[in-house]
This record gives sequence, C-alpha cells and structure tokens, in this order.
Amino acid sequence: MTATAPLPAGAPAPAAAGFRTCPITARRIHRQAELLIRVNAVASILALLVGVIAAIGLVLTRWPAVRLLPADWFYRVLTAHGLSMLIFFIIFFEMAVLHFAGPVLLNSRVAAPRTAWAGFGLMAGGALLTEAMVWGGKADVLMTSYVPLRAHPLFYLGIILFAVGALVQTGIFFASLVVAKRERTYTGSVPLVTYGAVTAAIIAVITLLHGAAVYIPTFLWSVGLTPMPDPEVYRMLWWALGHSSQQINVAAMVAIWYLLGALTVGAVVLNEKISRTAFVLYILFISMASAHHLLVDPGFSPGWKIVNTSYFMYMAVLASMLHGFTVPASIELGQRLRGFTEGMFGWLRRAPWGDPGFSAMIFSIVIFGFIGGITGVTFGTEQINIIAHNTLRVPGHFHATVVAGTALAFMGVTYYLIPLIFRKQVAFWRLAKWQPWLFAGGMVVFTMAMTFAGTFGAPRRHWDIGFSQAPFDVEYHPAVNVMLGFVALGGLTAAVSVLSYILITVWSVLAGKPYVAGAPLAPGHGVPGGLTSPPRHTADVDARNAALHGPERGILGVTPGTVVLVFIFLAVFALYYFTNWKLLSFVWKIG
Amino acid sequence: MDTDTHTGIDSPRGTWWKPAHRTEKLWVAIAFAWCMVLFAMMPLWHFKGGQNPAGIRRRVDPQAFYARTQEFIKAHQVGTDRGMPIVEPPPGSDVYLTAMSFQWTPILKLRKGAEYILHLSALDVNHGFNLYPVNVNFQVVPGYDYGLRVTPTEAGDFRIVCNEFCGIGHHTMVGRVIVTDEAGREVARTEAARVLGATDPAQEDQP
Repeated sequence: MTATAPLPAGAPAPAAAGFRTCPITARRIHRQAELLIRVNAVASILALLVGVIAAIGLVLTRWPAVRLLPADWFYRVLTAHGLSMLIFFIIFFEMAVLHFAGPVLLNSRVAAPRTAWAGFGLMAGGALLTEAMVWGGKADVLMTSYVPLRAHPLFYLGIILFAVGALVQTGIFFASLVVAKRERTYTGSVPLVTYGAVTAAIIAVITLLHGAAVYIPTFLWSVGLTPMPDPEVYRMLWWALGHSSQQINVAAMVAIWYLLGALTVGAVVLNEKISRTAFVLYILFISMASAHHLLVDPGFSPGWKIVNTSYFMYMAVLASMLHGFTVPASIELGQRLRGFTEGMFGWLRRAPWGDPGFSAMIFSIVIFGFIGGITGVTFGTEQINIIAHNTLRVPGHFHATVVAGTALAFMGVTYYLIPLIFRKQVAFWRLAKWQPWLFAGGMVVFTMAMTFAGTFGAPRRHWDIGFSQAPFDVEYHPAVNVMLGFVALGGLTAAVSVLSYILITVWSVLAGKPYVAGAPLAPGHGVPGGLTSPPRHTADVDARNAALHGPERGILGVTPGTVVLVFIFLAVFALYYFTNWKLLSFVWKIG
Repeated sequence: MDTDTHTGIDSPRGTWWKPAHRTEKLWVAIAFAWCMVLFAMMPLWHFKGGQNPAGIRRRVDPQAFYARTQEFIKAHQVGTDRGMPIVEPPPGSDVYLTAMSFQWTPILKLRKGAEYILHLSALDVNHGFNLYPVNVNFQVVPGYDYGLRVTPTEAGDFRIVCNEFCGIGHHTMVGRVIVTDEAGREVARTEAARVLGATDPAQEDQP
C-alpha cells in the first residue's frame, strides 16, 4: 500500500447527514464527535487552569525562602491541585482523545450522542461539586482522602458523579466502535492509535469500577449510614483506582505518540504484533499497580507485595520498554523513508523541531522514560521503597510520568486538534513553537530537584520542613533547601509554559482566525508543519522499506539510531537501580 | 517482515500478526531478561539483604495498642524530655511506638547493634514513619500492628518525622529516638552520618 501518512485508508465516503469532510485529511468527521471533542477539551483546559494556579501556590510555599501560603491553605490547595490535574484535567482530555480515536479516525459517527452529552454533564457537575467542597475548606483531606480522615459527603459524591460520567462516555466510545465496524466505515483492523485508545478505555472501565468500590462505601460512611471502611482496605482500593488509572494515561499517551509520529514525520509502524501485544500487556496486569503504594504497609505479606508490585514479573514494565523501542523506531523509519538517511542520527537532527507537536512528543518520550520510568520501577521495588515511600522522590517520579509525559503529549496533540477539530489557526505561533521546550526544561529541573531532595529523606505533602513549630529540631542538609529552590524555579518555568498553552488554546478557539487549508495564514498565527506540508511517502515506499530491511544491515537493523538510544536507556536504568540497592544497604537492619 | 508500510493512523491491511525483524526480537528478549532480573532481586534480598519490610503484621484495636504502649512506658521509663517519657527497653525486647495527631509516643532509647521488635501503629488516622536522617520509611495505619525487627547500626540522636498527611498540624509531628553506643553511652551524631544517613563504610551491610 502507498501510505500518504495522514490520509485514511479507503475511498472518501459520500457526504452524509451530520458529517463534514475534512479539507486537510479528507476524513469524514461526525459533527457530534467534533462537538464532544471540543467540550471535553475545553473542560480539561479549565481544570488545568485551576490546577496550575494551585501549583504556583504550592511551589512558592515549599520554597523555604518564600513560604507563601499558611499551613491550612497549603494542604487545601494541595488537595485541589491533585484532583484538578490528575483527575479532572487528564480524564476530560482523555474523553476528547476517545472521541477522536474512535469516530474521527474510523470515519464513523458517535453512537448515542445524547447519552454521551449526559455523561459529559455528570462529569462537569461532579467536578464542580468537588472543587466547591475543596476550595470551601470542607475537604482538607488531600487527594487520597485516606480514612479515617473525613470530608464533606458532597466531596465524595462529586467524584462519584464524575466517575459515572466518565464511564458513560467511555461506554459510548465502545458503542461507536461497534457502529463503525457494523457500518464498515473502515477496512481491516482498527489503526494502532485506535487500538491504544481502546486499551486506555478498557483500563478506564476497570479502574473506575475500583473507584466505585472505594468511593461509594466512603460516601455512605460520610453520611453516617455504614461503618467506616477499613483504613488498609481503603488504601488498597483507592490505589487500585489511583495508580491503575495512571495506565489509562500511559496507554493514551503512547497512542498519542503514535498519532503525533504519524502526523509530524509520517512515522511507520515497524511491527503491529509487537506494538499491539505491548498494549494488551498493560490491560492484563494493571490492577496490580495498587501495590506500589503499599510496599511498606502493615496489611500485606512480602509474597503479595512482590507479585503485585512487579505486575507479576514486570510484564507491564516490559510493555513500556517495548513501546520505548517501537515508538522512536517508527519515527526513525518514517524519517529514513522520507529521505533523511545520513548517519546514525541524521533522522533526528533533521526532524521538524519547530513543530510543537513533534518537540512535545520527543520530550514526552524522553522524560517519561529516562526520569519517570526509571525512578518509578526502582521505587516500586519492595525493599527500595523503604528509602523512597512518602518522600519527595515520589512526586518527583510521577511529575515526570504524568506531567512531563502525559500532559506534554496532550499539549503537543492540541496544536493539531486546533486546526483539525476547532478549524482555527494557532494564535501566538512563535510562543506555541517554544511552549513545549519551556515546559520540558522546567519539568526536567523540577522533577530531578524533587527526586534529589527526596533522596535526603525530605517528606512530600509537608508544609514546613524547617519544623519551626515542632518539639524537636530537624535540620536537613543544606542541599535540600537548594533543591527546593530549584523545584520552585523549574515549577514556575513549567507554570509559565502551561499558562502560555492555556492562552494560546483559549485565544485560538475563541478569538482565532478560521483555518482554511491552503489559504494564507494571518500574521502571528500558524499551523503545524505536519498539516501544511504533510509527510507523504513516495510511491515506491514499500520497495524502499523492504530494501532497508535487508540482511546486510546487520543486527542494528533498519533503525540503528534507536538501537543505540535504547541501550543507553538500559545502561542508565541499571545504574540507577543498583545504586539504590547500594543506598538501601547503608540503612539500619530491618526485617 | 512487515513492509506493508503504514502509519499508526492507518488500518493495517490483512493479517497484522507477522514475524518481527530480528532487531526488534533482540530488544524484546533483552527487555524480558531485564524484567526477570528486576523480579529476582526482591526474593533474593529477602534471603541475602539486611533490609526487608516483612515484619510481623496483625490487626489490633487502636485503643488496645495505645494501652500496651502505656504499659511499655511504665515498665521501662528512664526520664523525660519536654514532657515526653524516654523509654529504654532491654535489647531484644518488644518496643511500642504509637503515632497520634500530632506526636510520636514515647521517646525511644535503643542500643547500637541490638535487635528490637519495633511495633508501629496509629491511634487515630494514617501516619508516616520517617527516621531522620537515615531515611527509613513505613506506613503507620490505625488498626494494624507492624512489628519490624530493627537493629540500629549507628549511635546518635535521631528524629521521627511524620510523612503522611494527618491533619493541619501534620508538619509539627516530630518524635525522637536516641541510640547509645554498645556500652550504653549517648553520642552526638557525626556530620557524615547526618548528611548521608549512612553508617561507617567499614560496617556496610553487603548483599
């Protein structure tokens, strides 16, 4: 098949009621899908705005030289930050991704759009209710709300409504897939990006059911109807929601990597079997991630901890390591087939670094793998968790995965959704080109500084590590204060980048110039290069691809640059992992 | 070999279950082997390593645990600091530490090189046990008794920082552990130990 990267397989379908034909990609786009993508994206940006304002308050409070907020407001704002970002921003955006990867990529329609709108309404209402309780001081329990800490019943009810709404929209996504299959809007198997989105949706259902299992009994307890849930059972079930749901983010993020790779450089899938098997591994071992938070808890045996924290022998880690190869390899192969063949890394050097979709994707891959992935697997080791649990190493880890990884990938894809779905030019284009660079730079400083501060034992979720009001003095190494300064510096840089992103997005959508393919762009506006000059493959692409696979290329194969990169990754991984065992061996004997 | 060239947003034609190129196969094998190393390290450390979060785990009534802590204090109290009892249990015995908003009761006086069974539990909500400056962390959950066999490997004056959010006064919750040398004398922390939370390199516990 001659692949013209962003073009759909199959002939352009006839115009039908409720559809428009995209002038850029020739895809049939269902108007209801487009509207649902828009509202979910807008809601997610609003949640992001709340979350980033909270983030600025937090980093300026943890910076000992500033200490902006009083203690009660610090914990309140921390509660709001976690929920706004990790639950509302991410899940609203994922709903937009589902409506895109389903109906839009399959040239199909949204099944039961009214029900989908009802789901969105439940999510929006639930989010508002929970935010109101938190900011009103009725739920100073942090995001995890570990019982016996108790919040206002409406706090729990808001989260339940949000989760039900998310389940409804996810259900509509599955129904849309069935409709697309039945109405034959595509031939063969679904594209890999859709496959990844299906993975995310399946995991979403599993984790949201865990959410029901924890929040409904807690809500009933908070209104006085039932006894309190057991604190340890609560922790296990809460994290079956809280950590397993991170695999929704991972699956959605990896799907977006493949999507952005296709749009920006015509990234070619090396082998569907490997990539799809890796997605399935995520689904199979996902609920076990709860154990990552319970490794130094009194309620579980070592056997339970080892089996679960390793996702049964690290099979979900294996999945991420496979994607860590296949995603950059697909980018490299796409670039090589477009003629960037010189040397080991010519494909990378001559990539479209000025395209915010491309730069966001690359930084997301690198930071997720090198900082987020390596630290996470290391702390998730049963014994190493002794020197990591509840220290700043933990937020250092997950800001590298879910913020610099998932959120940055979402930002990158937004620059494509604005022209494709909102049909607007991207405003403040020069700022947009720099935004992923600023964000990635800020988050690298932020996450590494936090991880180092945590290595000295500095606690997370703590207002004052100077302990000015404590009965006994605690004096951390001066490096910890320096590191917290860097946390603030990196955090504020990233916050400026996020505010730029919000400005660009909101301005483009509300006041931006319409985008007409081929027409000249307004001054100061832009459209990603992957849309203005799509990465098309030539007619003889199959023959050239086959030639690249020739046996004379040796073990480095068709993507030598990627092979070198993944071995560097493995070396860094092993170094960090065994360094932590060494650090552990220095502490008191415990058994 | 897959040369049906297409991107991730195109439907693959026909059967996509095709053999991978040998470079990909090699990476799958290496990644799998690495995952097995990661997996094997945990059981291995239970046999060969000196730090494991296994302990003795059982359910306990929070009030009963607190009462047991009070008995323990009465039996072995040797002084007070800021109104808080200092308790010096004999080496090898059971030691009880109750976490409650916002204090750790009592202050413990232990001996370097002696093994104790340190029972941790909470009276009210979840708390976090963080031994400063060693950086040892455990979750303290109400209703559960976590009995850890602990051997201090260094004499000095240590702190217990609460690192699980337990309420608005969370950041004031600090306890104290004194570790005397083998002869029972109190010593000041060394600067190196304070900084690194490390023992004398000569006494490293190698796996």
